Amino acid sequence: MNRTHKGLANNMSEANLSIKRYPGFFAVTLFCLFLLYAPLLVVMVYSFNDSVSITRWGGISLRWYYDVFNGAETAKFKTAAWNSISIAVLAAISSTTIATLAALGMIRSARWRGKSVSFALINLPLMVPEIVTAVATLIFFSAIGFRTGYASILIAHIVFCIPFAYLPIAARMQGIESIYEQVAMDLYATRAKAFTKILIPLLMPGIISGFLLAFIISLDDFIITNFVKGAGIETLPTAIFGAVKQGIKPNIMAISTLMLLVSVLLVCISYIVGRSGSITPKKE
Amino acid sequence: MKSQSNSQQNNIVPANATFHNQKNKLLLPAWLVIGFFLVVPVLMMLVYSFLTKEFRGGVIWEFSLAAYDQFFFDRGLFGDEPAKIDWTYIKIYGRSALQALIATLLCLVIGFPTAYYIATRPVRSRPLWVFLITIPYWVNLLIRTVSMKFLIRDNGPLNTWLLQAGIIDQPIHLINTNLAVQLGLFYSYLPFMVLPIYASIERFDFSLSEAAADLYASRWTTLRQIILPMVKPGIIAGCILVFVPSLGAFLAPDLLGGAKNFMIGSLIEEQFKGNAGNWPFGAASSMILLIIVLLVLLIYARNESHAQGAR
Repeated sequence: MNRTHKGLANNMSEANLSIKRYPGFFAVTLFCLFLLYAPLLVVMVYSFNDSVSITRWGGISLRWYYDVFNGAETAKFKTAAWNSISIAVLAAISSTTIATLAALGMIRSARWRGKSVSFALINLPLMVPEIVTAVATLIFFSAIGFRTGYASILIAHIVFCIPFAYLPIAARMQGIESIYEQVAMDLYATRAKAFTKILIPLLMPGIISGFLLAFIISLDDFIITNFVKGAGIETLPTAIFGAVKQGIKPNIMAISTLMLLVSVLLVCISYIVGRSGSITPKKE
Repeated sequence: MKSQSNSQQNNIVPANATFHNQKNKLLLPAWLVIGFFLVVPVLMMLVYSFLTKEFRGGVIWEFSLAAYDQFFFDRGLFGDEPAKIDWTYIKIYGRSALQALIATLLCLVIGFPTAYYIATRPVRSRPLWVFLITIPYWVNLLIRTVSMKFLIRDNGPLNTWLLQAGIIDQPIHLINTNLAVQLGLFYSYLPFMVLPIYASIERFDFSLSEAAADLYASRWTTLRQIILPMVKPGIIAGCILVFVPSLGAFLAPDLLGGAKNFMIGSLIEEQFKGNAGNWPFGAASSMILLIIVLLVLLIYARNESHAQGAR
């Protein structure tokens, strides 16, 4: 049967498809998506529950969202949210800057001794387990007598955001041929000008997606923040964790839904920006 | 690539390495930040693991092997009995490894077919599928874990629906069980399994499965004999990417596992909380975890370069 298919060019693609296909794989994919999304959807739905109990469904309402912004715990969560957001912005700006320069040094250089060590160093925060980073950072700050608080959280966040910012920027830079800077420099642009006027605009989608990923990663971090924050300062995840330890309350579900939507929105932006304006659609 | 390595031999910087001479200056910030705030802290953690504990948290600067001794040996309540191997902490590490392993297998069983299915979609729709798989990863891990806890708790929505649908007569007790932890870990790191496998299946040349089919191999034989060996690097990468963070995970075991299912993450965390902590012991436990993880990564890197050398 396959022999006849081989002779018929028209049927080739169809035959190809059926060989590729495995029964049940689509079902598993759907199941996989179901597992990934079901818990999130359930929490989103229950955040609109008009009931003090988290078990009973009491109809749809926005009361818990109202409670988030005007409830007893509003002040606490507002401060935590402000800390989270400001730390995420500062950490994302710093790590994106550091990562952009590092990507330039890595991608736009020939081979040199220690290049692979340098690559490993940049990606080290991804390799060291989070809890180990958390312990090490706490010990470090305590040993040098640095008071834990806002600044120590920020520093820790910058460190682990670097590889997340680096990866999309480096990937983008790899896709841009160096001919652009070369031409600019042939036309008497300084190296710095060639970088800021030519390479940066071309890199922009990568930089934006690196920035957004770093921002989300910082906003999401719990373990490291929990270790290095010290007393008296909370970010949203640590505040939520503290509240959840006393039981899941409906207002936590409303806050969670809001945070979830912010993350999804940012990832969507990052995805769309990252795909837009590919310069060299080279296939590997 | 070829011209690049040739010119390297002649010590001439190729034209496309436009910032080669500036590389040190450009990389300096990254080296400094990561070196000073990650490498130095890890070294300091190593030092701390050999110090004496202070009772209110922190350390006394006196050399001691007490932390490692406590980890591996039992010397009785007053420390005067002959040393026996103490299994308490080794068991916690073993249990964590087992939990991480089961979570990895769960991810593989669900992740492989998913990755395969996505990789065989039309080229245009693949990024969208990949995006669908990755979105949940970007949602806060804490929120995801809390959502899981909310869903599977004894009187949670899952049990309510199953009861109402008449599938079960009694709520399934999931929370604070091993299964809940495995489920939480699986949920935390599934995309790490799907993405590398997807990447290697996408590179797979399907004319090979066609050839196999021409030679009367069944679909599943083709999968076992042709596809799986070819995409093995992707599978191994996925397993490591899931196993490593699972091993030191804190949130899933803490929120879903309860006190009975203590894992490495909680053990370490406890040493730094409040006055009951023991910093040198926490540092030693972290060091042991780090060494295990680095060993796993090293073996992986070794195999990887071997495989590349063979090709």
